[in-house]
Amino acid sequence: MRIRNWLAVVGALAVVVLVPPLLTSGADTTASLRSLRVLVPNAPGGGYDVTARTAAKAMEDAELIRNTEVFNLPGAGGTVGLGRTVSERGNGKLVMSMGLGVVGSVYTNKAPSSLLDTTPIAKLIEEPDIVVVGEDSPYRTLDELVRAWKADPGAVTVGGGSSPGGPDHLAPMLIAKAVGLDPRAVNYIPFDGGGELLASVLGGKVAFGVSGVGEYRDQIEAGQIRVLAVTSGSRLSGVDAPTLRESGVDVEFNNWRGVVAPPGISDADRARLVDLFTDLHGTPQWREALARNGWTDAFAPGDEFGAFLRAENDRVATVLKDLGLA
Amino acid sequence: MDSFTNLLEGFATALTPTHLALAALGVLLGTAIGVLPGIGPAMAVALLLPVTYGLEPTGAFIMFAGIYYGGMFGGSTTSILLNTPGESAAVVAAIDGNPMARKGRGSQALAAAAIGHFVGGVIGTVLLVLLAPTVAEFAVDIGAPDFFAIMVLAFIAVTSVLGASRVRGFASLLIGLTIGLVGLDEMTGQQRLTFGSLHLADGIDVVVVAVALFAVGESLWVAAHLRRKPASAIPVGRAFLGREDFRRSWKPWLRGPVIGFPFGAIPAGGAEIPTFLSYVTEKRLSQHRDEFGKGAIEGVAGPEATASASAAGTLVSMLTLGLPTTAVAAVMLAAFQQYGIQPGPLLFERESALVWGLIASLFIGLCLLLVLNLPLAPVWAKLLRIPRPYLYAGILFFASVGAYAVNADVFDLLVMFVIGVLGFVMRRYGLPVLPAIIGVILGPAAEQQMRRALQLSDGSLTGLVNTPFSLVVYGIVVVLLLWPLIRRLFRKPSPQPERPKVDA
Repeated sequence: MRIRNWLAVVGALAVVVLVPPLLTSGADTTASLRSLRVLVPNAPGGGYDVTARTAAKAMEDAELIRNTEVFNLPGAGGTVGLGRTVSERGNGKLVMSMGLGVVGSVYTNKAPSSLLDTTPIAKLIEEPDIVVVGEDSPYRTLDELVRAWKADPGAVTVGGGSSPGGPDHLAPMLIAKAVGLDPRAVNYIPFDGGGELLASVLGGKVAFGVSGVGEYRDQIEAGQIRVLAVTSGSRLSGVDAPTLRESGVDVEFNNWRGVVAPPGISDADRARLVDLFTDLHGTPQWREALARNGWTDAFAPGDEFGAFLRAENDRVATVLKDLGLA
Repeated sequence: MDSFTNLLEGFATALTPTHLALAALGVLLGTAIGVLPGIGPAMAVALLLPVTYGLEPTGAFIMFAGIYYGGMFGGSTTSILLNTPGESAAVVAAIDGNPMARKGRGSQALAAAAIGHFVGGVIGTVLLVLLAPTVAEFAVDIGAPDFFAIMVLAFIAVTSVLGASRVRGFASLLIGLTIGLVGLDEMTGQQRLTFGSLHLADGIDVVVVAVALFAVGESLWVAAHLRRKPASAIPVGRAFLGREDFRRSWKPWLRGPVIGFPFGAIPAGGAEIPTFLSYVTEKRLSQHRDEFGKGAIEGVAGPEATASASAAGTLVSMLTLGLPTTAVAAVMLAAFQQYGIQPGPLLFERESALVWGLIASLFIGLCLLLVLNLPLAPVWAKLLRIPRPYLYAGILFFASVGAYAVNADVFDLLVMFVIGVLGFVMRRYGLPVLPAIIGVILGPAAEQQMRRALQLSDGSLTGLVNTPFSLVVYGIVVVLLLWPLIRRLFRKPSPQPERPKVDA
């Protein structure tokens, strides 16, 4: 009996250890990817999650790939997932969904791994921020707001939907710097997402709010909030507000999302991933998903995204250093 | 009555066979998800989102709402039977629900919880129909100072759950507050008690703390004492609520929604604080105060009604303002946007059929849930017949799976067992566990609201008391604090001996 038990254990171990490699070893030789795992560094339902799941579904529907698996590894503003991605060195079948928020989190969380360690694959979408006030606010133009803000930065509170280092925090700091205000003097109040901020803007609790335009379109249309400026380079359709530059503030700012792969992957793997996302960008399914979610297309593949990522990293680092957060 | 005709039309939408089937599927899924550890309703809705692309929006939302309410019903099941709350709204249900189950009154506790959810859900949804626009306006006016005032009130209320020894009660509260400090400071981005670990940067989830202190600590304690006592199985008593149970539960069922509904509607309200406040209120008002913590049915009925009513409140601010006040609402909001629908002030006009169909399906879902859960209560309660060593092994297994499943991270398991050992030590030295949980819930929320209020007033202390609402709440706090003195002033020293102190 004992011997039979031992045989069973050894047999089971052999199956566990040997079978998975045998099953997957054939995949590397094919030209295009068969399967892809997508790591989402925040919780289900969050921005990176929706982007990843939408992209995965569009890829499968367009038959670019047989099989995608999206999994969540949330924590510390995305840096837990980033750490995992960096430690998967050489894995050409994994990408991480990420965006501007992760760039800042690396600094505020003092994370050991940086986005510069990863292999940039593609930037996918952009979303501009808006500067908003409630309908009862005394400020009618950005100029009026800036004048009051410079006169007493402590009393003119600014709310944003992200914690320090996140997009809604960076935008007002960049605006402050551009109008000659010390970012340290800015009285920034973080809220748990654009929704919670919205209540404070509607109720006039904060002097003004800075957040993504997506969540607020209905309130803008209903006239409950007033948009003083949009942070993108050009005006937005459906939003009757000038850009920051048109209002005399030399800042252009967009929240963006993209995908990166682990470091040290082979050139062939990298090319395959960049091709996959370039193909995705061309599919009608992706176009439809962009329209449905109200996302602005901002596709930038491979090296172009790499250069952009470095520039964003520097810009975020400068702002956070001014504030003593990096 | 405009909303009434709309609601009737909504019932016409919701009562089609497809929608009815989707509502049933939703409540079944929701109940299952609530019972299973680790997957909360928020994650379930998020994972189902891609599957529902094929459905038309009304059907999808009817199903999501079913999952949300179903999760509330199911979450209290494990809380009561196994002392392992599946989600934060069900933490309070464990305090008295589990002692009831261990006394053989598990099916009564489950039935009181199920009826409480039903009553809370129905009242909450009726309020949603009648008051949605008014409540939405009120919700926007609640700011940080008002919130902080409510927190102060909640902290005063904590004193009634400190237990027999105040020193031990406060020590436990401080343990909870310390655990609540762990993580990245939201205002400044500074790390606190994270010991450089990224895994601790988001803090420790209250569910993990509750499961660790309740279930793991309890299991270790039982394991340490099992040899000395015969390991008898837990008795399973009568199946249904008796007349006495009804007599004691109906008031808490009705009071719960009054606390839960407004909290659900205000941003950052959630279900944890109102369920706790409901528990404390019931304890104060009960004639059986000494039974609290040892299996008082009021302590299950009130908070559970509160939890469901707060879920209805959450829908108010989500539908009328586009304001997600809980994680589930945030995911549902994302789902609306997937369908190109923007919840907000214009939703009721633009998508009238969808909204009223959704609201009508809530009533239907609640009835389905009651029908599903009441007969299940005695069946679930039989689970406790399992001999204790196996039962506690099972509890540990479920607790571990739950803690691991949240983030698929071994680190969470480690955190749970470390806090579990702490729970064991607390039991060993007679520290009550409840104040620690309250500390984890209230501490971070109170800190955040106080700092936000002070920031809004640019550092001036008047920022804490500059709203009428906060002044009213502070007034209540003062009255509560001075009440014993006032009573002594008005009532001349009575000849009777002092009543035995029940909640020191």
